[in-house]
Amino acid sequence: MAAIRYGDRLYELRESESVLDALLRAGVPARHSCKAGSCGSCMMRAVDGAVPAKAQTGLKDSWKARGYFLACVCHPDSDLEVAAAEDDAEVPATITSLDRLADDVLRVRLRCGAPFEFRAGQYVTLVRDCQLARSYSIASLPEEGEIELHVRRIPNGRMSGWLSTEAGAGTPVSLLGPSGECFYVPGREDQPMILVGTGTGLAPLYGIVRDALRNGHRGPIQLFHGAVRRDGLYLHDHLTRLAAAHANLEYTASVLEAPDAGDAVSGPIDQLILRRFPNLDGWRGFLCGDPALVGSLRKKLFLAGIASRDIYADAFLPSAT
Amino acid sequence: MHLMNSSSLFEQLGGADAVEAAVDRFYRKVLTDDRVSRFFDGVDMDRQRAKQKAFLTMAFGGPHNYTGKDMRDGHAHLLKMGLDDSHVDAIIELLGSTLREMGAGEDLIGQVAAIAESTRNDVLGR
Ligand SMILES: Cc1cc2nc3c(=O)[nH]c(=O)nc-3n(C[C@H](O)[C@H](O)[C@H](O)COP(=O)(O)OP(=O)(O)OC[C@H]3O[C@@H](n4cnc5c(N)ncnc54)[C@H](O)[C@@H]3O)c2cc1C
Ligand code: HEM
Ligand code: FES
Repeated sequence: MAAIRYGDRLYELRESESVLDALLRAGVPARHSCKAGSCGSCMMRAVDGAVPAKAQTGLKDSWKARGYFLACVCHPDSDLEVAAAEDDAEVPATITSLDRLADDVLRVRLRCGAPFEFRAGQYVTLVRDCQLARSYSIASLPEEGEIELHVRRIPNGRMSGWLSTEAGAGTPVSLLGPSGECFYVPGREDQPMILVGTGTGLAPLYGIVRDALRNGHRGPIQLFHGAVRRDGLYLHDHLTRLAAAHANLEYTASVLEAPDAGDAVSGPIDQLILRRFPNLDGWRGFLCGDPALVGSLRKKLFLAGIASRDIYADAFLPSAT
Repeated sequence: MHLMNSSSLFEQLGGADAVEAAVDRFYRKVLTDDRVSRFFDGVDMDRQRAKQKAFLTMAFGGPHNYTGKDMRDGHAHLLKMGLDDSHVDAIIELLGSTLREMGAGEDLIGQVAAIAESTRNDVLGR
């Protein structure tokens, strides 16, 4: 089996063990969250040795060239010397405000202490001083100056709970990234677009919709937000006004639990969408939020006619142990 | 299957571009065909699509590194789900109709079917 050199120690990899798991097993406090090659939290840098291509899938070319890889999906065939992601991959930032958008949704605004290029809809990995790392999608546009995230409070959540109760304006954090392909690519301005988010899956979509409008997108833009209960539609009034101001934007709110739907539609969001849009040939689609729903909707929209290269999806995978 | 003069078939079909053009079409057929869709129920579409491309590249006579043993191992879990000759027939049929819709001639379609056919026993673990 291959061995990993990290710092001044050697770590033997067990059969089918990832670099991340080997380090964690030995008690190294290596950053991680999803353990599925998706969130970017576990990024490390190879100093010497061959990194399997699979461990670099989805990383920017410039990062690949510098040897960055995702430790949770890295199963090297031969010895590898690795180092923590360098400071140049990490940007210091300060929380500027924290407010409640709903009972369990926080809006987190951050100012970066160094230039940080991103597209609305990509995600950043937020790192606390204790090295805990979690990924969040960007709801703001670069020219807005601050980075806006929508964070759902999870019971006993180590990051979301900390943000809700302990962090405040002025708290320092750092950011890794950005990562992800889920953003508006200018061009094909007349193409119809459908965006579907559940819960805080709305965050990237809110950024993408405004990015598309700002880029002069002319085709119809169908934005769907799904929540379990009516009070989870945390940007309802704001999005209703945004849609009223743009002829090509339509906003549909849907609530799973019928009794309190109010002015939203009730029922499963996937059925609602496929009833209204049985044929999506030629569309562009964006899907974010709950992993099971993102996975199944992705398949359903594909079968309704969207080309797979026109589907952009980010499943909000939870942390894994 | 390596015995066939298959590189020219791959070129005649249009190579990697043809695979790219065929994959969505073929994958949609597979997912909506009641005979075989249940074998493809996994939620992870990216992974499934990558495997469809591998399948099409192989069937189109393109370059690949799969051995008979890989085909056995890769489909062993499907045998437990009841995979049999009728499913191989269905996949070969869907492959043919995909190519027909893309305008391929019957001669090339026959050659593709023959490549798929040559893997039947491995796929079915015989
Ligand atoms: C690409 C990507 C983008 C993301 N974008 C966002 C975003 O924009 N907004 C956002 O709010 N989140 C987003 N997430 C999820 C986020 O990264 C964290 O997983 C989430 O905030 C929970 O972290 P935590 O530290 O608070 O909870 P943890 O301490 O990680 O979890 C505490 C416990 O709750 C469980 N748990 C975690 N998540 C859930 C859940 N959803 N439902 C039920 N149980 C759960 C855990 O398994 C654990 O037992 C994204 C994830 C990914 C991979
Ligand atoms: C006709 C001959 C066939 C050939 C040449 C073939 C070829 C392949 C190839 C190359 C792969 C990718 C393997 C990998 O990279 O792991 C694959 C995977 C797969 N094949 Fe086939 N296949 C055939 C028939 C079938 C049939 C009849 C079914 C079911 C109806 C089927 C279902 C699958 C499934 C579900 C996978 C993905 C398995 C996974 O997720 O690991 N195949 N096949
Ligand atoms: S990408 Fe490795 S832990 Fe998420």
